[in-house]
Amino acid sequence: MSHAVHDPIYQEIVDLTGQDPALCYQCGKCSAGCPIREYEDSAPNRIIRYVQLGFYDKALTSSTIWLCASCMTCSTRCPQEYELPRLMDALREIAIKKNIKPAEEKVYKFHKAFLKQIKNNGRAFEFGLVRDYKLSTFDLMQDVEAAPGMFLKGKISLMPHKIKDRNSVKKIFKKSEGDEQ
Amino acid sequence: MNFGYYPGCSLSGTGREFDKSLKEVLKVLDVKLDEVKDWSCCGASSAHVTSHFLSVALPARNLILAKEQNLENVVAPCAACYNRLLGAQEEMNSNPILKEKVESAIEKKYTNHLNILNLVDLFNNIGLDKVKEKVKHPLKNINAACYYGCLLVRPSSLTKFDDAEQPEEMEKIITTLGGKAVEWNYKVECCGAAHSIAHTEIVKNLSKKILDDAIKNNADVIVVACPMCHSNLDMRQKNIVKENKDFKEIPVLYLTELMGLAFGIDEKKLGLDLHFIDAMKLSKKLEEAAV
Repeated sequence: MSHAVHDPIYQEIVDLTGQDPALCYQCGKCSAGCPIREYEDSAPNRIIRYVQLGFYDKALTSSTIWLCASCMTCSTRCPQEYELPRLMDALREIAIKKNIKPAEEKVYKFHKAFLKQIKNNGRAFEFGLVRDYKLSTFDLMQDVEAAPGMFLKGKISLMPHKIKDRNSVKKIFKKSEGDEQ
Repeated sequence: MNFGYYPGCSLSGTGREFDKSLKEVLKVLDVKLDEVKDWSCCGASSAHVTSHFLSVALPARNLILAKEQNLENVVAPCAACYNRLLGAQEEMNSNPILKEKVESAIEKKYTNHLNILNLVDLFNNIGLDKVKEKVKHPLKNINAACYYGCLLVRPSSLTKFDDAEQPEEMEKIITTLGGKAVEWNYKVECCGAAHSIAHTEIVKNLSKKILDDAIKNNADVIVVACPMCHSNLDMRQKNIVKENKDFKEIPVLYLTELMGLAFGIDEKKLGLDLHFIDAMKLSKKLEEAAV
């Protein structure tokens, strides 16, 4: 993998994950145990192979990086102790920075809606999350049946729980957004 | 006995029966919780999706607050919070460049080590002998399938908790409460986690496999220690029931709810009425056994 070592994307992956993807020798154990395998377009071990060979566009446009549930079954079983979910994290982060259209836009929109609530309130706010998610995806019928039960049981409140020092959380987001530019 | 407490967002929302039942059982065990003041979200299953920095800085803010409050340990009952706090601590201790960046964003210094405990660690710290002393209604005819999911046990290099493939710490607690823990195959399989809204199909399919295996192995109840797992196995079970006419419902309880029943605490105080799948019938089963 010597050609890839001097490559800036490869280096960024090593920095973000703290591991060298060259550790993987393609045994395929990660893909064999992946609970999401049937929904992904590329097998998880193939994503590492793309990175090893410098085929970043293949990895960055794959649905696999967005569908990985970070269950960490793969890293638990990996004979090389390679933490594949961290590679998935790094590839998503790089894809976002490069403005590559996510193969799974709904997944990205869900996480963006979730983070927006934390940024504004300091805590997750489920009602705001679902509202923003629905507005961004036009998936208006999502969970209309479960919603009344959630309200009646007091599991979803209409108002967010706001922390006092919201500014400190905003500063964290500001720093992370500075990175993306 | 005192412990620091990081409730996390779910415990005041979709998982509020987890918070209620935890506080009820700890009252009986004479344990006090010292909540981290003005805690913020750990970033849960979303921060790490978009930014490594965010996934460390958000939980790190809480680690710093806990230290300022002079807490030695912090209990994070939500498995996702537990995992994220541990992960942030590991990164802050081993990655000086990132640590400096986080400190400059938070404008505070990060110091030293905090003992981060999950729900099972908490009871092991209190002592299972003490738990046993408080059992009023042993879970005599209850067969429990203990479900660990992902974040309580994995990655084992981080959690250093139990066995990642065949954990049995929760089973020990069930036995202490007088119940029977069933042998089953799906205790560490993923329920689909945060895909519940964007990919409900995936969560339904993965959760059904877990539920099916518990039912096949004669479980009366699935026991969990994670609000995300609970919501997927309980709320999504409603969708599964609707689509599969032969499917037999199975209640999903937090470990603390089942412990509360064994301690003789009123089921509504434990939040058993807040479930989508009827959990109240389980307490009736216990009453019948006591007669």
